[in-house]
Amino acid sequence: MANIKELAKIPERLSGGHRLCAGCGASIVVRQVLMGTKDYVVAGSATGCLEVATTIYPFTAWKIPFIHNAFENSAATMSGVETAYRALKKKGKITKEIKFVAFGGDGGTYDIGLQSLSGALERGHKFVYVCYNNEAYMNTSIQRSGATPKGAATTTTPVGKFSYGKHQFKKDLTSIVAAHRIPYVAQASASNWNDLVTKSEKAFAADGPAFLNVIATCHRGWRFPQEKSIEISKLAVETGVWPLIEVENGVWRFTYKPKERKPVIEWLKSQGRFSHLFTEENKSIIDEIQEGVDENWIRLENLCNSTCKVA
Amino acid sequence: MAQTKSKKIPLTGDQAVATAMKQIGPDVVAAYPITPQTEIVMYFSNYVANGQVSTEMIPVESEHSAMSACVGASAAGARTMTATSANGLALMWEIVYIAASLRLPIVMPVVNRALSGPINIHCDHSDTMGARDSGWIQIYCESGQEVYENTILAVRIAEHKDILLPVMICQDGFITSHAVEGVQLFEDKLVKEFVGEYKAAHPLLDVENPVTYGPLDLQDYYFEHKRQQSESMKGALKIMPELFKEFEKTFGTKYDFIDTYKLEDADIALIALSSTAGTARGVVDVLRKEGVKAGLLRPRVFRPFPREKILAALKNVKALAVFDRAESFSAEGGPLYTEIKAALYDSDIKPLVTNYIYGLGGRDIFPDDIKKVYSDLGAALKNKKVSNPINYLGSRE
Repeated sequence: MANIKELAKIPERLSGGHRLCAGCGASIVVRQVLMGTKDYVVAGSATGCLEVATTIYPFTAWKIPFIHNAFENSAATMSGVETAYRALKKKGKITKEIKFVAFGGDGGTYDIGLQSLSGALERGHKFVYVCYNNEAYMNTSIQRSGATPKGAATTTTPVGKFSYGKHQFKKDLTSIVAAHRIPYVAQASASNWNDLVTKSEKAFAADGPAFLNVIATCHRGWRFPQEKSIEISKLAVETGVWPLIEVENGVWRFTYKPKERKPVIEWLKSQGRFSHLFTEENKSIIDEIQEGVDENWIRLENLCNSTCKVA
Repeated sequence: MAQTKSKKIPLTGDQAVATAMKQIGPDVVAAYPITPQTEIVMYFSNYVANGQVSTEMIPVESEHSAMSACVGASAAGARTMTATSANGLALMWEIVYIAASLRLPIVMPVVNRALSGPINIHCDHSDTMGARDSGWIQIYCESGQEVYENTILAVRIAEHKDILLPVMICQDGFITSHAVEGVQLFEDKLVKEFVGEYKAAHPLLDVENPVTYGPLDLQDYYFEHKRQQSESMKGALKIMPELFKEFEKTFGTKYDFIDTYKLEDADIALIALSSTAGTARGVVDVLRKEGVKAGLLRPRVFRPFPREKILAALKNVKALAVFDRAESFSAEGGPLYTEIKAALYDSDIKPLVTNYIYGLGGRDIFPDDIKKVYSDLGAALKNKKVSNPINYLGSRE
């Protein structure tokens, strides 16, 4: 468990003054993740909001070594950095203990970077991959991704005469990653900071690849007031839209369970991207979304029960 | 000078590359198999598996990740290599440019193969010719010996502090990569000494002095950074001769940007890259016996483009045929031809010049084909003009 007084003493690794929007979930996620280790860290990022807003030449907000290569290869790039570390350490050219973390948005992780991520996980590089998941391509103005939830309006799934936004459910990337049987996989939210920092600590300490899927609000894309980022993040957790789970060496576990899950409609009401669902003709879509969340919850509970028995 | 080379041992071009890589002993190799490069990866993996090198190998899931991992490893401060061919290079494309713009001295043997489609596994230069403006130094090799030696030389070129550009060492797919030739090897110790220890100037792993690689670079700086790349490439024209000299001093082989054969007094000449030059050399010998003043020029380095060297070598030539093993679809000829012709335009020499696109998808080029080109040049000389500026040699009409 993280101690907030101790956390407050950790020097900032991502400085303020970068150009992410006020209230952006991504930078909050990055700061909390980087509190997960006291060792030196080398960070990387896929192309996306985080990268463009923190590194506009000749400025950089990164107080630690940082590399951006391209959109779809954050994991492959970091696998190269981590391998170089092992090679140079073996030759005695480096003696320090260094940790490695690659960031990517959901577009760079669920979609275009999935192959690169899968390859790096399968090869077993010792690094942490963090998906800051804002559920669409926000850097290019809110296009749908594999992480965009059913019913959300985006600029490529606009609401129209024949459409209620995105028709498909989001991809379950966390399970896909868990299927690689890496030491540590988790879902987290910046609203539950202690949970996120604890998961980051576990991820950095893992003896192999670790993956954190962290919901990261985007008030521009989700359409809510910028000061409500943490509140909305919390709602994702409390409604069961974003379950806080972890998979540690194959064992699934809820790290937090709301006493009573709030109805999904509260989540949908909180954001403009779902506002079109509140019509008579779209009522069934809301029901389907609730059913989807319920089914997923039961599936996760079953996974927790079955893997616990194995353990 | 001491005896530095072994007796000739039979090696394929791919084996020659793998052997050079073993002697260089890069810190990291990230690679993916593709015909006809695959054997390089296979041989090298064996060296790793048997502890003959201490290299950390990254057996990536694609060429895109191969180059991505190379960028990460090289930026981290590791001496880094990969190898590829054709579609593999095409899949890397995006990151090939990024590697050059980050000024990472990655060394990449490329076994030239036709780009799909239609799919084909045999030699042409469409793969690396497409990458000629990616900011990589490109060296084209005629033989297994040259492939071996240039792989070693490339490390020093790439890592030179005033160059810092990635290097491709190109050899002809199957023709060179799979044909067995006698190759003389250097002593391990000499190679180690020649390449030396790599020390990156600003590695990511220097955690006490953090640097940011790959920032967003907009209208206010991007142009200057491209100029810096360009100036470094041009600067390499001045620096590479020093390294050629050092190579000669160490290993005894003399290298230059170009290679010429009986060109000094030639009336008619041919320009060709890589293995085709070997075939042409035989034809030159035959024609010389017949009293025809035929010559040959083979650019060894295509990027940086050795304009002055080429023009100086061509000063007595009256009619010239440029061979391109790549098509540029309705351009003013193939890539080598357009470059040579552009160089000639504002020079003092004005030979008749013509282009032959040949050997696409591994179509064989025979001595008789080359002989016909020299005879075309003879006719052009007589008529004072070329009959066709762009010709297809060896293609059915």
